[in-house]
Amino acid sequence: MNFYATLLIALKALRVNKMRSALTMLGIIIGVAAVIVMVAVGSGARAQVEAQIRSLGANLMMVFSASSTYTGARAAVGAAYSISEEDAYAIGRELTDVVAAAAPALRGSGQIVAGNSNWSTSFYGVTPDYFDVREWSIAEGRFFDQAEINGAAKVVVLGKTVADNLFGDASPIDQTVRIRTVPLTVVGVLAAKGQSPGGSDLDDVLLMPISTARNRVLGATSLAKSRAVGSIQIKLIDGIDSQYAEERVRELLRQRHRLQPGQDDDFTLRNLTEILQTREESSRVMALLLAAVASVSLLVGGIGIMNIMLVSVTERTREIGLRRAVGAQAGDILRQFLVEAITLALIGGLVGVLLGSAGAQAIGALAGWPIQLSASATLLAVSFSAAIGIFFGFYPARKAARMSPIEALRHE
Amino acid sequence: MNASPPPRSPLIRTVDLAKDYPLGDTTVPALRGVSLDISAGEFVAVMGPSGSGKSTFMNLLGCLDHPSGGQYWLGGHEISRLTDDALSSLRNRRIGFVFQHFNLLARTSALENVALPLLYRGMGARERHERAAHRLRQVGLAERMDHHPVQLSGGQQQRVAIARALVGDPALVLADEPTGALDSRTGVEIMALLQQLNHEGITVVLVTHEHDIAAYADRIIHFRDGRVVDDLANAHRDAGADLAALSAVSA
Ligand SMILES: Nc1ncnc2c1ncn2[C@@H]1O[C@H](COP(=O)(O)OP(=O)(O)OP(=O)(O)O)[C@@H](O)[C@H]1O
Ligand SMILES: [Mg+2]
Repeated sequence: MNFYATLLIALKALRVNKMRSALTMLGIIIGVAAVIVMVAVGSGARAQVEAQIRSLGANLMMVFSASSTYTGARAAVGAAYSISEEDAYAIGRELTDVVAAAAPALRGSGQIVAGNSNWSTSFYGVTPDYFDVREWSIAEGRFFDQAEINGAAKVVVLGKTVADNLFGDASPIDQTVRIRTVPLTVVGVLAAKGQSPGGSDLDDVLLMPISTARNRVLGATSLAKSRAVGSIQIKLIDGIDSQYAEERVRELLRQRHRLQPGQDDDFTLRNLTEILQTREESSRVMALLLAAVASVSLLVGGIGIMNIMLVSVTERTREIGLRRAVGAQAGDILRQFLVEAITLALIGGLVGVLLGSAGAQAIGALAGWPIQLSASATLLAVSFSAAIGIFFGFYPARKAARMSPIEALRHE
Repeated sequence: MNASPPPRSPLIRTVDLAKDYPLGDTTVPALRGVSLDISAGEFVAVMGPSGSGKSTFMNLLGCLDHPSGGQYWLGGHEISRLTDDALSSLRNRRIGFVFQHFNLLARTSALENVALPLLYRGMGARERHERAAHRLRQVGLAERMDHHPVQLSGGQQQRVAIARALVGDPALVLADEPTGALDSRTGVEIMALLQQLNHEGITVVLVTHEHDIAAYADRIIHFRDGRVVDDLANAHRDAGADLAALSAVSA
């Protein structure tokens, strides 16, 4: 007997008891829909976190001067920073096997004035490498270049938030802003990045050449002499083990700072890959939880199918007997009921996928959560429901197939 | 024991065929050694009191059940040697069943009911339906092919069942009380149909309680307590003629 004919028989049998079939599918429908929704919400959230972290710069590692981890007030008065621009250049030059770029950054903050608008924010003195390391792109104008660094040119690149607050809709390019009375010409506006994973506004920033920041804006002579910086931002080569990279950077800095074995580091290393890993860890825990919930509901759905298939086999004992009498082999009967169970489970699974996708979209639209429908989760849920049909349909189907033709035919 | 089929074997040969049913700790002997030959083309009626083993015998002939003892040859094959699948195939190709209570699939058209045996030959839908339609025309139900069993009278349902029994071109049709659930006139209609098939060469074995029905067979076998007690030739009545006479009276 061919498969198509078997499928038609199964569909017909399910249609005869529409209500019962639908109720039986409910367990699978709910289970699969739950999986689809949860995976969509979960992977949407994860994708958002990942995108945010990526917006900070992929493979980013940061070195902070030990003292810069104290309050800004102390840093502002020029307490000795332990790391220097030269450290940054040395990392970029000597660790080419792990580091793609290393950018020194000098941080300050203050009032930015443009015409009669003003805005308080952080500013950074940086080198062109910084744009690459933090993966900034330019929305308007240009970055500053090495020549402008060498000449401590009075130029500045604004973050989107700063540009909006100072200039509104007007273009800030070639306009002048003043920081601590130093006039700087705006040469570029950064493309918006949005929020950081921690919720702070990444676009509330202002970048200028590191030499300009050091010599003209911060104007601290001790800083100028030491060429100290608050942080070094490092972009690792793709695929480099961050733990290993950290060791290499630590080793180089300890050597440059002439630290003896046993002496504490005079700098702090932070690694965004670690943050990413903890996020992934928690999303893996969540995925396990979802899998548990899903398997329970699918298990219950499967037992429902087995139950209804047993009822169906009993109800249709005479039909089985008749089919055997007119020539059905035991295998034909087995396949008939197995296909029926699988069809039940598969339809349930498909309805679950549709309901789940619609539900996920609705949640996304209503709650404003990022939703990511996953093709692999859908495929998995559907094949899993088919597997449930096979697993839970097998026992009833075998029971049907093992009936003696004459006893089945005589069944009242 | 060890009886071998004769050189020109009859369609059916049973030798000491026995069937015991387990009942608690003991067994009920339903058939106690039945030895019979039925040749191809015979029309046999099986009679006997209730519980005498007629149905048990028919089920064994139909390869639906396994004997407890003795042998059964169908068309030269000893049945106990065959696997379950081979028996299914034998039922499918050589035997047609007609039951007292029709046993049609509900919510299934007459055409699909008739075509059912062909499904288990792996035959394509088109050919199945052509053959089923042909048999339905033969039993006079050309207009009722799409009707479901509930939309048909008892006599019509039994004719659908006969069409189903015929659709696989069997050598043997087994009918256990095919008129038992029908009024006498409809019973005669069914017998006319079975006689007609028999004239076309199909061997018919039917069980009946009614002498009027058995009268249409050309051999009547009596069972009692699981044994054959009588086996007589019968100058059969012509059901077609009786039917014509009945129609003339009611007209
Ligand atoms: N499945 C069974 N289990 C136990 N005993 C059975 C079974 N089927 C039949 N019998 C017994 O076997 C004997 C013969 O039964 P069978 O059905 O062959 O009689 P029958 O001649 O067809 O009777 P009826 O005219 O009432 O149909 C009876 O005594 C019956 O009780
Ligand atoms: Mg009987």
